[in-house]
Amino acid sequence: MARMKFLCDSERCIECNGCVTACKNENEVPWGVNRRRVVTLNDGVVGAEKSISVACMHCSDAPCMAVCPVDCFYRTDDGVVLHDKDLCIGCGYCFYACPFGAPQFPQAGAFGLRGKMDKCTFCSGGPEPDRSEAEFRKYGRNRLAEGKLPACAEMCSTKALLGGDGDVIADIYRERVLRRGRGADLWGWSSAYGVKPGAQPPVQQPAPATTGKS
Amino acid sequence: MRLALVLIAALALAACGEKEQVVVYKQGKYQGKPDNRSWDNDPLPAEYRGGSWTKGDRSSWEESIKKRQLSQNEYRRIYQ
Repeated sequence: MARMKFLCDSERCIECNGCVTACKNENEVPWGVNRRRVVTLNDGVVGAEKSISVACMHCSDAPCMAVCPVDCFYRTDDGVVLHDKDLCIGCGYCFYACPFGAPQFPQAGAFGLRGKMDKCTFCSGGPEPDRSEAEFRKYGRNRLAEGKLPACAEMCSTKALLGGDGDVIADIYRERVLRRGRGADLWGWSSAYGVKPGAQPPVQQPAPATTGKS
Repeated sequence: MRLALVLIAALALAACGEKEQVVVYKQGKYQGKPDNRSWDNDPLPAEYRGGSWTKGDRSSWEESIKKRQLSQNEYRRIYQ
């Protein structure tokens, strides 16, 4: 059972912002909204500079879902955290709750009006018919429904950013770390998925039985 | 006085809560929000280079997306 996650390898990220550009282009995200961005730590310090690509991590126990007063979030069978813009009131609680600063708010209106929240959808659209014009306009492309992975991960030139089922990308990362012999720290995984630094990725818990159409 | 404080505290905390984060998919809705599942779509024509799976079959969609995920591993992709 796929549980979609992102993994950013800070040993490989070269701060090219290819992921940011790919996301912007694929989803036609407006000015002022950055679903993904690259953060550089120790900028300019030789040997200590690290860059990380950050977006919604689709947390296992998502704080945004917990705090939303209108309950506009939901989790799909693939483990992707999505939200319904028709329900969102733009209160910004999710922004304060998110450890990754993922929720974004368009502020194009007068008097600093804050619009409805926008965030990374793991390129899987939202609560509109899949691959429809309405879905694209509100949430961006639905690449998962096309059998593709998020554009940011697929466009990453150094493959620092991996996207996909947690088990599969953890295996890729493990092999990579064994080959190079260093850099095993999984940035953000402890906050997002409850993995302790240096620990093995968690065993996937079976999801509760779902009902309805199969 | 104490009762009033307890009542005020109860009312103040009434908006705080933690919703259960379980996946419930019923009649085309995830916890009440309408959405389709990825494998309930038809695959794209071959020229768009999407995955290939049988509509409605979750395992075939997962197999297709897993192949795509493994292409992110350049050790396997290049040295195979």
